[in-house]
Amino acid sequence: MTTKKNWPLWEVFVRSKNGLEHRHFGSLHAADEEMALENARDVYTRRNEGVSIWVVESKHITASNPENYGELFEPAQDKVYRHPTFYDLPDEVKHM
Amino acid sequence: MSEEQIKNLETQFEARIARDEKIEPKDWMPEKYRKTHIRQMSQHAHSEIIGMLPEGNWITRAPSLRRKVALLAKVQDEAGHGLYLYSACETLGISRNELYDQLHTGKAKYSSIFNYPTVTWADMGAIGWLVDGAAIINQVPLCNTSYGPYARAMVRVCKEESFHQRQGYEIMIKLANGTPEQKEMAQDALNRWWWPSLMMLGPTDDKSVHTEQSMKWKLKRKSNDDLRQQFIDQTVPQADLIGLTIPDPDLKWNEETGHYDFGEINWDEFWQVVKGHGPMNKERMKARVGAWERGEWVRDAAVAYADKKQNRKEKQAV
Amino acid sequence: MKNQNLYNYILGIADNSLILGQRMGELTGHGPSLETDIACTNISLDLFGQVRSYYQYAAKIAGDKRTEDDIAMLRKEREYVNVLLVEQPNTDFAYTIARQFLFDVYHFMFLTELQKSRDVTLSAIATKSIKEVSYHQRFSSDWIKRLGDGTEKSKSKIQNAIDSLWTYTDELFHQVEADKVMVGENIGVDVTQLKDNYYQRVNAILTEAMLEVPESKWFQKGGKEGVHTEHLGYLLSDLQYMQRAYPNMDW
Repeated sequence: MTTKKNWPLWEVFVRSKNGLEHRHFGSLHAADEEMALENARDVYTRRNEGVSIWVVESKHITASNPENYGELFEPAQDKVYRHPTFYDLPDEVKHM
Repeated sequence: MSEEQIKNLETQFEARIARDEKIEPKDWMPEKYRKTHIRQMSQHAHSEIIGMLPEGNWITRAPSLRRKVALLAKVQDEAGHGLYLYSACETLGISRNELYDQLHTGKAKYSSIFNYPTVTWADMGAIGWLVDGAAIINQVPLCNTSYGPYARAMVRVCKEESFHQRQGYEIMIKLANGTPEQKEMAQDALNRWWWPSLMMLGPTDDKSVHTEQSMKWKLKRKSNDDLRQQFIDQTVPQADLIGLTIPDPDLKWNEETGHYDFGEINWDEFWQVVKGHGPMNKERMKARVGAWERGEWVRDAAVAYADKKQNRKEKQAV
Repeated sequence: MKNQNLYNYILGIADNSLILGQRMGELTGHGPSLETDIACTNISLDLFGQVRSYYQYAAKIAGDKRTEDDIAMLRKEREYVNVLLVEQPNTDFAYTIARQFLFDVYHFMFLTELQKSRDVTLSAIATKSIKEVSYHQRFSSDWIKRLGDGTEKSKSKIQNAIDSLWTYTDELFHQVEADKVMVGENIGVDVTQLKDNYYQRVNAILTEAMLEVPESKWFQKGGKEGVHTEHLGYLLSDLQYMQRAYPNMDW
């Protein structure tokens, strides 16, 4: 490999229109944050896909470990009382 | 991990894929799955990047401004698609530079079709129509492949590529309906690109390695021969429609099978090109490696500047 | 032609974008990184988009059978009136960036004024284009800083490119007959008024990029009168190849 140091990897989040949240679009390489934003604009919004962009260097993202899936997410599966369908209503009440 | 534990994980893993669950980067996966995916995705990415060259060859000479912007946008999309695919590959723990290294040293392959020269403007039409046509047939099923980042990249790629084939076919229509000279140019391009496009769908099933495993992992949904047949069946009427002749004397509609029968493919040529003896193999690598090497000082400068800026920021913060 | 001056004036603007767009387009597939490649192609696409609007308007004014493509591709060397700066080759990435930067700063100021044109078509094209050019200026200025304040090697390369291209900057503010007439009619931009601001802005960015502002006061001009550097002929033989080899055909 010839290059001394590589451009780091960035994750790109794009808001496609106001009112919607930023969504993960993909990643790219850039040397600094300005370049990351510019590259994100040029790479991920060529077809008018966005009104706002976030970039974050990938190394700053802390992710949960799939091995902990059980303890992290399974306990939420049986907490049905958090959902409206858990509660019985008389048929006469159409909307609640 | 004991062998038994691994075996157990593998069984669970295969069951997940069979249930149509997606595999995500941090999930446990068999080493072979990881390696196969790196190979296929990077090969795909390399093909996009090398594929920019034969078409890029005509950007400065496009015959009209309308054609020029369409071609620029198309070749740019290929850069974008290469980028999406390299990114997907990087989620498996290999850097883009390592992947480039594999390409530049000849360790990694890319689609052989790009080792043919683009000699006339009509080749822009033929590539869009035939090469992108064949590529789409290969790619659409990958939108449902088992590896999440690959599937997502392919969804984006397929969405964006929908204009590529039209762009090429439109060029061919215009030529085929143009002057005799233009029509001849179109026919000549079809003659030269037809067989390489058929080869693009891969060796025949009896010669193809990895197919069974790839089917299981949804890296492949149909066999090469089926894909090729699908391509031929859909393309022949398009050629008829614009009055161009497929350069295959054995081509004919088969009522019984409901498909076109077609002639023998010259697989010797295919393997020669794969081995590096195509007309443009050396040129393509030279252009690619050249661009990368000429860019080194630029990439280094950007890193040095970013470091300096960071240092200045930190000093200010103190 | 009734509006010969307006026609000539439009070509004076459009040819710059055409030739620079063509130069940028040469780089597609050959950029220093994939991301940069995509960015350069975007600039090329923006410029060609502007070119088409201008030539379509010029074709309307000409009122003969000529189309945007005839105007873009069927003139002789001496009939192209772009400034010499934009036709300079992509010697290396430093030249590409220096050329882009030296033009972008001018282009942005020019379009800012052109928006006020009494000619509604030109003013509308300017309003649309200025957003694109504002981005080009940001892109090229950022790269001037990266290269100027990057490594020793990049500093010397970008300094060298700026020094070499500097001689073509003064021409941006040179007026030909059509310019003067159009300024008089409140259609054109008085480019002589942009000069001081231009050098101020350029010098500020060069200084921020740790680069020397060239001292040379000897400038080249001629492009606006159709007297070009030798580079243009080759660019045109590519640009015009199809139209020349296969005349009078539809593509």
